[in-house]
Amino acid sequence: MSEPLLEVRDLKKHFPVASLLFGKVRGWVKAVDGISFTINAGETLGLVGESGCGKTTTSKLILAAEEPTAGAIEFEGRNIVDLTDRDLMDYRRKVQVVFQDPYSSLSPRMRIGEIIGEPIQTHERVSLGEVRTRVGELLELVGLRPDMARLFPHEFSGGQRQRLAIARALSTNARLIVLDEPVSALDVSIRAHIIGLLEEIQARLGVSYLFIAHDLAAIAHISQQIAVMYLGKLVEVTDSLELCANPLHPYTKALFAASLPSHPDEEMKEIVLSGEVPSALNPPSGCRFHPRCPFVMPRCSKREPDLVEVSPGHKVACYLY
Amino acid sequence: MVKAVDGISFSLEAGETFGLVGESGCGKTTTCHSIVHLLPPSARIVSGRIELAGEDLVSKSQREMQKVRGRQIATILQDPMASLDPLFSIYNQVAEPAYYHQALRGSKLRHRVKELLAAVRIPSPEARMKEYPHQMSGGMRQRIVGAVAQAGGPKIIIADEPTTNLDVTIQLQYLNLLKDLQRASGVALIFVTHNLGIVAKMCDKVAVMYAGKIVEMQPVRGLFYHPRHPYTRALLDSIPKLGTKEPLYGIPGQPPDLADLPTGCSFHPRCQHASDRCRNQEPCEQSIGNGGTARCWLASEEFARE
Repeated sequence: MSEPLLEVRDLKKHFPVASLLFGKVRGWVKAVDGISFTINAGETLGLVGESGCGKTTTSKLILAAEEPTAGAIEFEGRNIVDLTDRDLMDYRRKVQVVFQDPYSSLSPRMRIGEIIGEPIQTHERVSLGEVRTRVGELLELVGLRPDMARLFPHEFSGGQRQRLAIARALSTNARLIVLDEPVSALDVSIRAHIIGLLEEIQARLGVSYLFIAHDLAAIAHISQQIAVMYLGKLVEVTDSLELCANPLHPYTKALFAASLPSHPDEEMKEIVLSGEVPSALNPPSGCRFHPRCPFVMPRCSKREPDLVEVSPGHKVACYLY
Repeated sequence: MVKAVDGISFSLEAGETFGLVGESGCGKTTTCHSIVHLLPPSARIVSGRIELAGEDLVSKSQREMQKVRGRQIATILQDPMASLDPLFSIYNQVAEPAYYHQALRGSKLRHRVKELLAAVRIPSPEARMKEYPHQMSGGMRQRIVGAVAQAGGPKIIIADEPTTNLDVTIQLQYLNLLKDLQRASGVALIFVTHNLGIVAKMCDKVAVMYAGKIVEMQPVRGLFYHPRHPYTRALLDSIPKLGTKEPLYGIPGQPPDLADLPTGCSFHPRCQHASDRCRNQEPCEQSIGNGGTARCWLASEEFARE
């Protein structure tokens, strides 16, 4: 087992909802409500869940773009909430991000050399010549040509742009890259390339990923561990192959059931969930999944189940286990 | 001049689900827009025929097409907010096709709208039909678009990536709903998607498009178990499968620019099996048994995968 790089403990982020008049707070959206997980060095944690479940808020908290309401994010043994500005700058150097839409995440007015070189110049005192060499190396690392550094983003296709975003994330020798739906906006034939590239880079550089997606098949392919999120809570955390073979939480089962067959005769156990994801402003009492759960029991609506380890390395928050 | 769709032929039988698969820019959407005469002003149908129950649609005027759209052929688009008018109540939007195409009035119309909303599983339709699109969730809006599509009693529904904007559990609900509606009314579906999983779940017959042409067309099982065109095979190999970590196959290169297509077979620069013949001469459509066709020089029996 490799050692933990990032540990998140009981992390919470609540957003106030102000009433229209006088700005009085009339409620809280508990976007992330007490989640804990660990990302090991050189490994990938997949975070899966539907829109509005708090995946993106989690990623913003980890990127130190939002301050947590409560809880700790420990990176290399230090809580980032307590870091000084100078240390936070160094933290931001080590933790980078790749967004979903490669069209809006690269400035159209900058040349590729500037886009990838800027983080290097921000964080390190190096000569322009060295920046240029490093940019060239990074472009080669992501499968592009060094001479492309003088081009502008519009001269690249979607898949190539996503490669550029990966090169930028790697430019400051990041230890952790948050990948927020990095392949959802790409065509199928290009997705396989990007997933392959990410795996190859991890094997070479030992960088860790937090891979956020809603596509279970892609997430299971790239991740060692998977955390399933529902309405601000983690409902199941385990090894990716274990999760595919033996999903326990009814919500995880429903997600698997909702994933599409890989060929026409694949029999899917269909658990069609009724209803839609409830509002995070007013989440259901007890287990947040109980109004949609096909196996609901009386106590599910009374007290919220804890995330407990039911077999080695397999944690689930459900009264069925 | 860009040939967005270049000489494609297919047929759709009553009650059948036909899948049109391909990557962005391959001509799927242009094909659908041609069928219902909703092409942008710069585009035109240069040649070919589109027949609906023996009647040619290409020669029809926009005025005549108004009697076809909604009554004979309805469409469901990707973004429900682009299909629904934010200023009209749900009742008005679902009632409109029934009013014009089925000539329903008064309490009959009201009853029909309630029935349609109930069929797409809108809870308490009586109350909900007074509401407006912004009061609905994404999944509900797309179900209402489904109700609008059904309202005119069409023979064909063209669904252009209808579930791309929906969450996975809502997507499954929606696909099941479309199947139920089809079973109940016998409508034929043209399903446009880039997702082969949806094809496997929904379709009877599939056409794979590449650079404006249908490169392979087969019944769904044939396509998944015995794909003949290298592009189809590459697409199937590039999808991650649950529970395995086998490396994925990435198709080398980029989809071609339609304004500057490669010579010969358009796929040859990305094809592993390309020969000189492929580079120089465009393959014609070859019959591959089981009623399917493939546009590849290698689409013979020996090339078929086990």
